[in-house]
Amino acid sequence: MRNRETRTAWLFLLPLLVALAAVAVWPLVRNVYFSFTNAFLDNPSEYSFVGLQNFITVMEDPVFWGAVTNTMIFTLISVSFETVLGFGIALLLHRAFAGRGLVRAAILVPWAMPMVVSAKIWEWMLNDQFGLINKALIWLGFLDKGIAWTADSSLILGTVIFIDIWVTTPFMVLLILAGLQLIPEEIYEAAEVSGVPAWKRLWSITLPLAAPAIGVAVLFRTLDALRMFDLSYVIAANNEKAMTMSIYARDQLIGFQDLGVGSAASTWVFLIVGLIAILIVSLLRLDRSTA
Amino acid sequence: MASVTLKEVSKSFGAFDVLQSIDLTIEDGEFIVFVGPSGCGKSTLLRAIAGLVPVSKGDVFIGGEQVTDVPASKRGIAFVFQSYALYPHMNVARNISFALETARMAKAEIRQRLTRVADMLKIGHLLDRRPKQLSGGQRQRVAIGRALVSQPQLFLFDEPLSNLDADLRMEMRFEIAKLHAEIGTTMIYVTHDQTEAMTLADRIVILNHGRIEQVGTPRELYDRPANRFVAGFLGSPRMNFAPVHTDTSSGLLHGPSGFVFATSGTGSSQPVTLGLRPEALEIVEAGTAQSISGTFERAEDLGYEHIAYVRLSDDLVWTIRSTEPLSGHARGQAVGLGWQIKDLYLFNEAGIRVDVEAARGPVVAVQS
Repeated sequence: MRNRETRTAWLFLLPLLVALAAVAVWPLVRNVYFSFTNAFLDNPSEYSFVGLQNFITVMEDPVFWGAVTNTMIFTLISVSFETVLGFGIALLLHRAFAGRGLVRAAILVPWAMPMVVSAKIWEWMLNDQFGLINKALIWLGFLDKGIAWTADSSLILGTVIFIDIWVTTPFMVLLILAGLQLIPEEIYEAAEVSGVPAWKRLWSITLPLAAPAIGVAVLFRTLDALRMFDLSYVIAANNEKAMTMSIYARDQLIGFQDLGVGSAASTWVFLIVGLIAILIVSLLRLDRSTA
Repeated sequence: MASVTLKEVSKSFGAFDVLQSIDLTIEDGEFIVFVGPSGCGKSTLLRAIAGLVPVSKGDVFIGGEQVTDVPASKRGIAFVFQSYALYPHMNVARNISFALETARMAKAEIRQRLTRVADMLKIGHLLDRRPKQLSGGQRQRVAIGRALVSQPQLFLFDEPLSNLDADLRMEMRFEIAKLHAEIGTTMIYVTHDQTEAMTLADRIVILNHGRIEQVGTPRELYDRPANRFVAGFLGSPRMNFAPVHTDTSSGLLHGPSGFVFATSGTGSSQPVTLGLRPEALEIVEAGTAQSISGTFERAEDLGYEHIAYVRLSDDLVWTIRSTEPLSGHARGQAVGLGWQIKDLYLFNEAGIRVDVEAARGPVVAVQS
């Protein structure tokens, strides 16, 4: 009986396991495998093993470390802003007001658009000569002449971060709002009646009770941000000032056709992202049930 | 400790009037119970007193002070919720002392109050636990403790025992009554349970459709209900009702088959409904003088009391309650229901109870 149940369970799991093996495990194994070879993309069947050479090549490349730094700065700043903004907007949307449903739907629009589209829209709006943003800033008297937001090397990472915040804050709002709505209204009323002031209710009740939801949202967004590719690629192409780890790996693999080094770079990205994920999960204790 | 006065308090949600011009005075130290069917506005009225919902019209006074626009946090009240509303991420001690900490009370004073409340409610051994680790009864004690510790001038309870099972409910009812006797603070208690209302209240306020039907001591409401709603609401099983009509020429009241009642004249307040409580009826032999005739339906033996159902007509079944067994009659058997004038209630078209003077009392059945 028990045996049969176990067998049935495995049977149900089989399609998933096959799919996972095909789309996740196999490519990952292949990737790690190639990172120990000197294969090239134009003829990947001819290669020989080179040991850790590719990993050393990547590690010694200052461009890679530039990409790592960019990715870390991008992740830290964008996720921080998105979390704070997301929490704030979620608090506002949590209150019942006329037209809340409409606002809630409207706020999702930036997130629902394909990133490439959003990036292109912002690229045009930020254009130094014809862009709407520069026009507006000049008209308001903040600027004398347009700024090349997406071309100036010192501004480009900031611009990318700004666009990402615009695009992904709605996602944070939604996740945190879902967490807020799980907190029973009577808990706030109980606090209110006993004379607990509003800021204290926010700090000592809302925040700790919404913490699990915020934690999950931060984890999702951080992992997403660490592997960011599309936004930087559209806005900055190969500008090293906004190059992310993913773009670096892609350049090695596709741009330079170096399958070995590209795979090694990808493996590095995988390890870094994995390490940070483990760090966040243990920090937030998301694996344990929060009382 | 404080009195509470409501002056023409109304509350509407959109076009829906939840409370309609409520006038009520609650004396200092009284235990008042708001009772009524669900949707009668009792919880809304309590929340209006607490300041958790703003009133649409009228004024609220607590301790003689007008507090209509004073926020809940400044009204000096404590509120106990049906769901307990404990802070899930704090242990029992923190749950109880959180508001005091917020008010920057001295640590020693907080400690002292916490200990006293914990002793009073016998929850001293639970102080380190989270609400999740407590039973329903323990949670309710903690919720009451949290209310007690702030030493409010007014306690508000919103169906505090509804989530507990029958045994615990009885135990907590006793505890709450004891608490009121000990501290003597004014308490307002909302329930839909008439047993809680009857046993706890100094005075009961019966609400229906956002209006007060009657205010009085449990005994007054039971013995002298102002109207048909109150008469039907209190008492379990509920009062038996039947239509009556007055024969203006003879002055006789005709009710269900066999019921005839002679009055000395009913004046303008013509009764249209009669009421007799289940315990005021006794099953007698069919055809007994002055009895109401019907057919026996079934009997229920609850051990401590006995209930029987007797059908008077196709759409009218009356309930009889007795401490004596009521079985021994076959289903469909013709029986009579004996009653006495002192137990008879009469209500007019508007449902208001009318006192109709008995001229000659029940007359021998002249089948109408």
